[in-house]
Parts: sequence; structure tokens; C-alpha cells
Amino acid sequence: MPKIVAVTGNEAVAEAFRQVNPDVCAAYPITPSTDLMQRFASFVNNGKVKTEMILVESEHSAMSACIGASAAGGRVITATSSQGLALMWEELFIASGTRLPIVLGLVNRALSAPLNIHGDHSDGMGARDCGWIQLWSENGQEAYDNTIQAFRIAEHMDIRLPAMTCMDGFIISHSIERMEYLDDEAVKNFAGEFRTLNPLLDIEHPVSYGPLILPDYYMEFRRAHAEVMSKVSKVVLSVAKDFEKISGRKYGLFETYRLEDAEIAFVILNSAAGTSKDVIDEFRNKGIKAGLLKPRLYRPFPYEEVGEALKHLKAVCVLDRADAFGASYGPLYIDIAASLYPYKERPLLINKIYGLGGRDYLPEHAELVLNELAETAKTGKVKTFKEYIGVRE
Amino acid sequence: MAETLEIRWHGRGGQGTVTAAKVFADACLSGGRHVQAFPEYGPERSGAPLRAYNRVSSKELRMHCPVLKPNIVAVVDATLLDGIDVTEGALDDAVFIVNSAKDPKELREKLKAKPTQRVLTVDATKIAIENIGRPLPNSPMVGVLAKVSGIVSLDLILEDVKKSFGKKFSQKIIDGNLEAVKRGYEEVREG
Repeated sequence: MPKIVAVTGNEAVAEAFRQVNPDVCAAYPITPSTDLMQRFASFVNNGKVKTEMILVESEHSAMSACIGASAAGGRVITATSSQGLALMWEELFIASGTRLPIVLGLVNRALSAPLNIHGDHSDGMGARDCGWIQLWSENGQEAYDNTIQAFRIAEHMDIRLPAMTCMDGFIISHSIERMEYLDDEAVKNFAGEFRTLNPLLDIEHPVSYGPLILPDYYMEFRRAHAEVMSKVSKVVLSVAKDFEKISGRKYGLFETYRLEDAEIAFVILNSAAGTSKDVIDEFRNKGIKAGLLKPRLYRPFPYEEVGEALKHLKAVCVLDRADAFGASYGPLYIDIAASLYPYKERPLLINKIYGLGGRDYLPEHAELVLNELAETAKTGKVKTFKEYIGVRE
Repeated sequence: MAETLEIRWHGRGGQGTVTAAKVFADACLSGGRHVQAFPEYGPERSGAPLRAYNRVSSKELRMHCPVLKPNIVAVVDATLLDGIDVTEGALDDAVFIVNSAKDPKELREKLKAKPTQRVLTVDATKIAIENIGRPLPNSPMVGVLAKVSGIVSLDLILEDVKKSFGKKFSQKIIDGNLEAVKRGYEEVREG
């Protein structure tokens, strides 16, 4: 029987890690993911898991240890935030290029400078092209569910890629919400036994990891990585189907909310999607056909499916909780624009940057943007393509 | 109760305000309710003003931002009233619960509460000192909240305090807190 609990996002992800019971965890603490790892470390210390905990001196070392342990043939986890992920950056590519199915709990936080510990997507966005799978989560329940599914996706024999699950720092990681925990047994069976692939420790079958590949073959490796990425969507959907059987909760590549007959819509990640849904309901009550699309599988990005889901709209606003300096638009906007580009008939597309460094995203912000979208849909005219909201100018 | 009950807590770091919000959320879980409890994080210094929030609803809670229009405002430290407008955004039928030995009528004047709003006081610090030996007013405040919100019974709150304190504290401290919750429930005054 699932258990109803009131827990924080960090507690929930730590619980998912406990239930999966990985072989190795290497981590270095950083706010706001510290609390997640502290809880998991106490599971290790209290003998609740068989995991070997490796405490290291930096995140660079944490990811390096994860890579070593994963290549050796273990099921491996870690967690981090912000500068921690930034310091792992070099190793992130090595993990994905070496095809190691490490699972990382990313608690999204702003990047320095100025120093800020609060929720912001800059860290995850900075790692979006490093060849990892990214699953984003609106609340603690989704973070827990995505973490459990991440093992099956990453470890799938057609995939074998590392995966990170993202949730908003503090807003979700430190907020207590009602959610459902699955049975230990159900999670254990769902995750299944870890299957090794070319483990270094299998000395009967020696293998090499991390060889030098010169221009004669490097491009074929990159091409092969891209090919594997193209198979991820299918696996994500099939794992979601199995997960629904044990949880009753449905997951797709993205979530659509009142989108089918909508004329205007938001595209927005993580916790702010929830706040937006409540405001969309209010607009619907006023007769305004508003909807929402919330990406879940952000890497690899399901361009075709997202384009299909949005193409019928009149006006869409992509809300980014990160900016891409010098790139003109926020990272999510750029992906949505690319998704819609192939269509002759497509919605007008605007971009708002919100919530940086944990700035509150309030219902009034959603109202402001929905009103602007309704106006844009009516007149066919865009006021400004990109704008910061909730900021002192 | 409105469809969604929204509570804003005002306290100071070290008074157990965040724990109080958590205990209340836990107790409200029964009956299939959805709950949220979250503090507003800032520099976490003992004595610094802080806010915490609760939402309780029969529906899924999707709003992930601070409570702006509270049904209930719980003021764990009355010295905050001089510096912070705790009535900000409070609904016309909001209830203010203030930890104070003063008469609720006096507090009503200080808060400039609307006639449609209720003002309650409880000497939570005194209750805490008498039962726990320390000025931790959160347990009596939770007791008052149980009474005012009307959505969770005193017994359920007591059970939950026992559960959440049970892991960390001695029997003496647990019993003291249980008594403090009860006395908060019983001794709250309205004016």
C-alpha cells in the first residue's frame, strides 16, 4: 500500500534513493541539495541501504568517483546544486560520453556571482547540452517519481546514459507537501537488479575506458551518442507506462494542461507551472481559452511532439527561470522556437524571464502575461519579444 | 472552512515556528487532505524575523508561492507587531492569533483589525515556560490553530506532536509539549 506523507522535496528524493538502494554514492554538500544528501547519508550510516558512501573534497571529485564506480559496474547516484554542478561540468561529459547510467538529483539553484542560494534554473540549463538525460519536476511527488523512473531510463540497455532529475531549490526542496510513497518492494521490483555492461571489475573480460579517439573516429562516437539520444523518448514513455501500473500516476514527455482547445498558452518548467495552472483556471472561468505545456523530458528535447502540441495556438509565452546572456532569448524559448519553426502556421512566440535567484513567481505575474497573450492573440501584434518580469527596472 | 485554508506565520528564528507549521500540516493530512508547509528562507539567524506558511485543501495544491491572502495569521512573537504589518493581505474574515498576555481587545486596536476580522490572544510563552521550561511558544500556538481552524481535532494534533517530537526528545519534553498544546487550545481568548 502506498503511504501518504507530508515531506519536503529533498526528503522525497532521498527516500527514492533509499528504496532503489544503489551500490555507490559519492557526493559533496551544497545548498539546497545538502539536506537531500544528509538524509541519504544517514540511511547509509544507519544500515538502511547497502550503498558505499564516498565523501570527497569537491563536486569535481564526486562526479569523478561516480564515473569510476559506474565504470566498475555499480549502480551509482549523487546529488548537487548550482556551483556544484558547474564544478562537475567537465566530468558530466565524461560520464555521458562513456555511457555511464549515473543518476543525479539536481536541486536547481542560481549560479554565482552574486552569490545566491535560491531556486533558479541556470545550473540545469548550463548542463543541458552535456549529453545527459534531464527530467524536470513540478513538485516533490514528481521529483520522487522521476527519480525512480530515471534509473530504469538511464540503465535501459538501448540507452546507458546518465540522467539528472531537477526540482526547484527551496520552493520544492525545502517545502513540505502531501505526497505518496510507494512500497519499498514495489520500487525495488520496478528498478530491478542493476545490469552491468562491460564492467571494469570483470577481470575475466578486460575492457578499456576513456581511450584517445582522434579525428578518424571521434565524429562517429558523437554521432552514435546522438543516435542513442534519439531513442530516449520511446524508453521514457515505456518506463512511464510501467510506472503508472505501480503508482496510478501518468507521465509523458511533457504535461499539457487545458491545451487542446486553447488559443493562448504558457510553456514553463517546474514549480511555477503549478502556480500558473491555478491562474489559467481563473482565466478559463472568464471565458479566455488559456492552457499550458510543462516540459518533463527536457534533454533530449522532444521537438516534434512539442511542436505538434503547440502549433494550433495563437500566442504562446515561454517563461524562463534562467537567461542566456548574449543569446537574445532564454534557453527554453530557443527550444520552443526551434520546435515551432518547421510549421508554416504557428503561434506568435514571446519570452519572459522570471524568478531569477528565487524571486517569487506570483499569480499576478501569470495574470499579467496571460492578459498580454490574449491581447497579442486578438491583434496579431507582439509588444516585445523578450522581457524580464517581476524586476525593478 | 474555505476550499483552501491559507495560514501565514510570523515568528523569529529559534522559536520553532517552522516546526509548528510542519506539525500542523502533518496533522491535517488525515481525511485525504492536501497540505503544504514552507518557510520563507533568508539568513537563518536566531532571533531574526521569519515567515512560514501553510496551505490545507481538499484539492491538490499547485500554488508554489508565498501565501498572500491568509485566512489565518499566527504571530508567534508579538514584538514583531512594531516592525511588521502582519495584517497585510489578510482576508476580510481573517483570524489573527497573537502570542501575548495582553487582552485581545488591546491587540485588536494595535492591529487595526477590521470588525469582520477576529483577534485572539494566548500567552503561549508563559504556557511554554511552565510546561517545557523554555520560551518556545510553538506548541501552544499549534493548539490554538487546531481550535480556530476547526479542521483537525485536538487529539489528532496531540498524536502528531507525540510522533514528531518522539524521535528527538525525552519523554519529559514530549509531555510538556503535549500539555502546552492542550493549554493553548483551552486558554485562547477572543476580543
